[in-house]
Amino acid sequence: MSEFIQYTLQGLAAGGFYALSALGLAVIFGVLGVVNFSHGACYMLGAVIAAVLLAELQVGFWVALLVVPILMFGFGVLMERLLVRWLLALDPLYNFLLTFGLTLILVEAVKQRYGVSGLPYEVPAGLGGQVSVGSVNLSAYAIFACVFSVAVCLAVGLLLTRTRIGMIVRASTEAPERTRALGINVGRWVTPVFGFGIALAGLAGVLAAPTRAITAEMGSNFIIILFAVVVIGGLGSILGAVVAGLLVGLVEAYGIAYAPTYAQIVIFVLMALVVLVRPSGLFGREEVA
Amino acid sequence: MSDDRSRTTTGTRTTEQTGHDAPAPEAAGAGSPAVAEPDRGARMLEVSGLSAWYGEARVLTEVGIDVAPGEVVTLVGRNGAGKTTLLRSVMGLHRQTEGTITFDGTDLAKRSADARARAGIGWVPDDRGIYASLTVAENLLLPPVVHPDAWPLERVYEFFPVLRERRDFPGTRLSGGEQQMLAMARVLRMGSRLLLLDEPSEGLAPVIVQRIGEIIREIKGQGVGVLLVEQNVKFAATVADRHYLLAQGRVVEHLGNDDFRAREGELLTYLGM
Repeated sequence: MSEFIQYTLQGLAAGGFYALSALGLAVIFGVLGVVNFSHGACYMLGAVIAAVLLAELQVGFWVALLVVPILMFGFGVLMERLLVRWLLALDPLYNFLLTFGLTLILVEAVKQRYGVSGLPYEVPAGLGGQVSVGSVNLSAYAIFACVFSVAVCLAVGLLLTRTRIGMIVRASTEAPERTRALGINVGRWVTPVFGFGIALAGLAGVLAAPTRAITAEMGSNFIIILFAVVVIGGLGSILGAVVAGLLVGLVEAYGIAYAPTYAQIVIFVLMALVVLVRPSGLFGREEVA
Repeated sequence: MSDDRSRTTTGTRTTEQTGHDAPAPEAAGAGSPAVAEPDRGARMLEVSGLSAWYGEARVLTEVGIDVAPGEVVTLVGRNGAGKTTLLRSVMGLHRQTEGTITFDGTDLAKRSADARARAGIGWVPDDRGIYASLTVAENLLLPPVVHPDAWPLERVYEFFPVLRERRDFPGTRLSGGEQQMLAMARVLRMGSRLLLLDEPSEGLAPVIVQRIGEIIREIKGQGVGVLLVEQNVKFAATVADRHYLLAQGRVVEHLGNDDFRAREGELLTYLGM
């Protein structure tokens, strides 16, 4: 039983990274119609920047948690303004290819500069220990990462459901053309939404830094799982991205614990099952499919 | 009302010049002089020489129509006649066009769809365009208020009590008729001065269609112009002042409502209903 709780917590912590990143991916897809292949690379960049801040500027985890998303927001704004924007009028495949190319550049650039062996990052002071709940020992950092990502997802959820900006983003995500015809300048929200989505990927990267090997390739596997998350949740569904993120984290953790041989494929079996039963995903609308 | 009379007369004269089976070029030409009549009063929407394409396929040819404030004008025609494309071109959603569209005297050519909406053009699409991810109240509150005559939310709820009752429901949980009410209420709350209504009566029960007729008469009384795409000829005759008959992307007839009523049977046959 205690093992099961341990795995559940690990799963939720990993799921939190997926949920945060998938949320960004879903919002970007919804408002811009862009499938951002570089989302995994942005997650990696978030972790790398956190590691570099610590190693070269002695900037710790807590500051990085704030500074890295801001830097990544700026990176996202530049990326949208300088690159993505120019291809928006064309077939969505062009931006998919653009972000794929960008991913290769980012990964190779990080390899060139920091090598392939991985950067060190320590669990922040105060969260290094174990927390005992009854007979179960849980990693304090895993608890923190899990609670923090769920809190951020909730905060983003409130932003989307309780504010006018959120209402506009939801409307633009559902039907951009109609939203323009109702007097909303959807284009004005494109750049900040893109930056916001990238910032969430960067935030997930910082959160992952103390628990994962920080390498240039850490985003490569991540993006594939993210696509599975988005498909399971329903393309363009914001709630779906969060729920599916946590679900995939759990399934992955149980897979690693109870069926290590099949751990890599469990997620994709889950995805296949969901798509068979509900082609538009758990929370996707039928029209979208 | 006398204003409407004179318009009807003009429409009749136009009609006499062309039978509805007349070859299209003359028919299109017949629409244009009517538009150019000087005594028509202020027109809020003027479309002239409008042609539209989807890729290589031409779907509108030299269309000329106009709508005055407080006037209800219909576009009648078979499926594929180009009615919806005409509305989409006015809204700025279909951009592959030639010709001019002016609203309140301003050329709309360089205006985006959202700028046109803020200038006072209200869009009620044929699928009603209700957001599933927004509540009923949010559907109403999403568009910006663009004119001082916009209906306050309180008035919208008084006029459409069902929307107040369901305001916290997701928009698409409403029935078809309620969704149509919501789509119309939304542009009234916005304060649009010209409504583009794409088949508001389609698929709705007679009692709801009657209600939509009442709403159209109410907004007409406030000086709002209405451009109505309608296949339901009987319904069109109960609300409209003038009618343009579209066939294969051209205006082939321009009728006042009296002539329209007189020829209802013939038009029904023509439309295949």
